[in-house]
Amino acid sequence: MGYILNFAVIWRNFDLLLAGLGLSLLLAVISILIGVGIGLVTAFVLNGKKSLWRGVAVGYVAAIRNTPILILILFAYFALPQLGIRLDKLQSFILTLALYAGAYLAEVFRGALSAVPKGLREAGLAIGLTEWQIKTSIIVPVMLRNALPALSSTFISLFKDTSLAAAIAVPELTFYARKINNESFRVIETWTVTSLIYVATCLILAALLRQLERRLAIPR
Amino acid sequence: MTTSFAFLADMWTARFAILSGLGVTVLTSLLAIIAGSLVGVFVGLALTFGNRVTRIAARVYTDFVRGTPVLVLILASYYILGTVGLRLNAFQAGILALAVFCSSHIGEIVRGSLQAIPKGQAEAAKAIGLTFAQSFLYVLLPQAARQALPAWVNVAAEIVKASTLLSIIGVAELLLVTQQIIARNFMGLPFYFFAGFLYFLVNFGIERFGKYVERRLAISAR
Repeated sequence: MGYILNFAVIWRNFDLLLAGLGLSLLLAVISILIGVGIGLVTAFVLNGKKSLWRGVAVGYVAAIRNTPILILILFAYFALPQLGIRLDKLQSFILTLALYAGAYLAEVFRGALSAVPKGLREAGLAIGLTEWQIKTSIIVPVMLRNALPALSSTFISLFKDTSLAAAIAVPELTFYARKINNESFRVIETWTVTSLIYVATCLILAALLRQLERRLAIPR
Repeated sequence: MTTSFAFLADMWTARFAILSGLGVTVLTSLLAIIAGSLVGVFVGLALTFGNRVTRIAARVYTDFVRGTPVLVLILASYYILGTVGLRLNAFQAGILALAVFCSSHIGEIVRGSLQAIPKGQAEAAKAIGLTFAQSFLYVLLPQAARQALPAWVNVAAEIVKASTLLSIIGVAELLLVTQQIIARNFMGLPFYFFAGFLYFLVNFGIERFGKYVERRLAISAR
């Protein structure tokens, strides 16, 4: 077959890959931060009384969860301008990823909200807190700490989903990998190194998040 | 302007293209799910009952595949295999990548459901003299399958969604067909929306079907 491995071109362009990785991580972090906000609001609406808003929330979660994320990304970037909403590549990608994360996190948070003991709310009422105060200073912190393991796995899969930004030419890791691949034809080297970067980052993220989970877990 | 309904005429013109795209999407997903599930059962077995070497090998495999984005798996499968002399077309390379992705997830699910079966079951099977293959087929698998079903349905829906990524290596599935139509008529809004709606229907159908099977298979009296 005569294919001789030669990693030189990869090392020469390694700073591009690292820059791509940095953007991937940044996109994932921004999206999950916005997504947590969306997910929280949606979860409260989902757990609330039957109303038009709950219908909207159910529809939002079902629509996002059952539609491929690539379609959502392309829709936000190519179709929204036809409605007069012009976003650049980064904005539209972050918007999509945040809405995507929000739908998944809404389900996570809804489960975690139901797991918060009723007594906490009653205790809050007993010491004279308002409903808003109970939500922000008792229920959400307890719920977030319980939901942390699911939150971190969502974050890791979100990090992997940033690879799809390559489809609209956002210069993240997969984008640079394709570029190097197309320019050098060092096919095996490029994709092996790229996969390894993704795997290593996921493993490191998982380890860091496990530390965080252990530190923030509610002591029993 | 009749722009608001012009897309309906275009959609009618493109009906066969859209249908064939939908067909390719369903076909690739189905093949990937079947192959991935079969391999995944073995991966799960290796993770649970394997000796040290097979267990570590299966662990490295699942962690590697689960740690890599599907898009990277697809691109790697398409480009690398061709380079080392295994000539697969985009369709085959794509199915292979999806099947590998599927197998790692199924492997973890199978491991989880096998470990959830009480130890007594395997011991009882051994006690009445079943071989390992028999005890797996008649005792463990039926119970694990019930446990694994909801997660398995999730993975199936995940594969259907991931099959859109095959458009990037040029498999003419629903998304690529949609993009080709949009390239012709510039009606991005209705056609992306329609494609998304079709995926929604397929996945919603899978979810409903999963719920139905789950209800049928549930053990009524625990």
